[in-house]
Order: sequence, then structure tokens, then C-alpha cells
Amino acid sequence: MRKGFGSIILDVGFRHLTPFLILYAVYVLVHGHYGPGGGFQAGALLGLAVVLGRVVQGQDAELGIGLSGGLVLACTGALIFLAIGLASLLWGGNFLDYGVLPIASAPAEARALGILGIEAGVTMGVMGVIIIMFDLLTRRGERE
Amino acid sequence: MMELIQVALLLIQVVCAVIALTSRDLMVAVILFAAFSFCSALLFTMMGAVDVAFTEAIIGTATTVFYVAVIYRVERGSSK
Repeated sequence: MRKGFGSIILDVGFRHLTPFLILYAVYVLVHGHYGPGGGFQAGALLGLAVVLGRVVQGQDAELGIGLSGGLVLACTGALIFLAIGLASLLWGGNFLDYGVLPIASAPAEARALGILGIEAGVTMGVMGVIIIMFDLLTRRGERE
Repeated sequence: MMELIQVALLLIQVVCAVIALTSRDLMVAVILFAAFSFCSALLFTMMGAVDVAFTEAIIGTATTVFYVAVIYRVERGSSK
């Protein structure tokens, strides 16, 4: 979307809404152990924060993560997921068996931290994919 | 009481789906699809599947944004 809908009311609403949206996404990610939520929902919320800015302010939005930024985010998220899974293979457990990772003294603590790392990877991947989808749907084609 | 609310939500869903399928205006179809998604999120909450309802609400919003962004670029409805 090259030009946003950009009225001043939308702009002020976007500026006041986005910090709470991002804070809520981080809460959903971190609190995913104990309640509803988790990596996918947090990533979708973060992606929607970026997409909201793109809809309201157009191409040069603040929080302007473009197509290449989205690609980097999505691939880094997938890489984090794979790296944690393979690291637990490397330390002698099964794939995604976080209990054997040497990141904490107790296996239960290592498992919690490993799940948090996986969820962070999923969050980055989903956020990147939502930004990529929005960019591809709204960019101008080469023929125009 | 809960059963009444659930029946009402299901009826709203059926009406939304039928109108969205038969409408010629794409914007009407997208907005009714968003209403359908919101009713499903409420139904999932009543059934105790809060996680599913949360996902449904977020993905309903995201797909609505995507559809509206596409309608912004293509023809909005057929002329017939």
C-alpha cells in the first residue's frame, strides 16, 4: 500500500494503540505457559501491529518492516526453532528434548527455557509471514 | 440460558454465511465473514476452548485486513 488512508484521527489512534498492542503480544508470548496464548498468537499480534501502521500511514510508516525485513524475520524464526531442536540432539537427547540442554541446573527449568526459545522462534516466523503476505497482496505489480 | 445464546449465535452464523455466499458485493461478503468468525470465537469461548477462540479472533482480524487490502485493488463486485 503506497499511500495510506492517513487522516489525523487514524494517525493518532495508531500512535496510541500500537505500544499497547506490542506489550500485549509480549505478554501473550511469555504467559503462554500458564494461560491461553503462545507463539502463534503473539506473532500474529506483532504482525498486525506492523500491518496497522502500513494501512494507516502508507509505505513510509513507522515500524516500517518491508518485504526483505519480513523475509529475514521469518527465516530467522525458523532457524531458531531448528537450532534449538538440533542442539538438544547434539547434547544427546531427542529432537526438541529440551531437558538435556545445559542452560539451567534443573531439567525442568531447562525445559521451560527451551519452550520459551521455541515460542520466540515461532513468534518471529509468524510475524514475518504476516508482513510478507500483506506486502505481496498490496504492492504494485510490475506491469502497472 | 447458555443454550439459547448458542442457538442464537449459530443462527447468526448461518444467516451470515448464506448472505456472504450469495452477495454480489465482495465488501459485504468480507464483512459478513468477519462477523461469522467473531461468532465462532464466542462459541469456542462458551465451549471452554479459550485458546482456539483466541486464535480464531486474531486470524479472523488478519484475514479481514488481507481481504480488504485485496478488494482495495480489484473490482469490488460483479455488474450483473
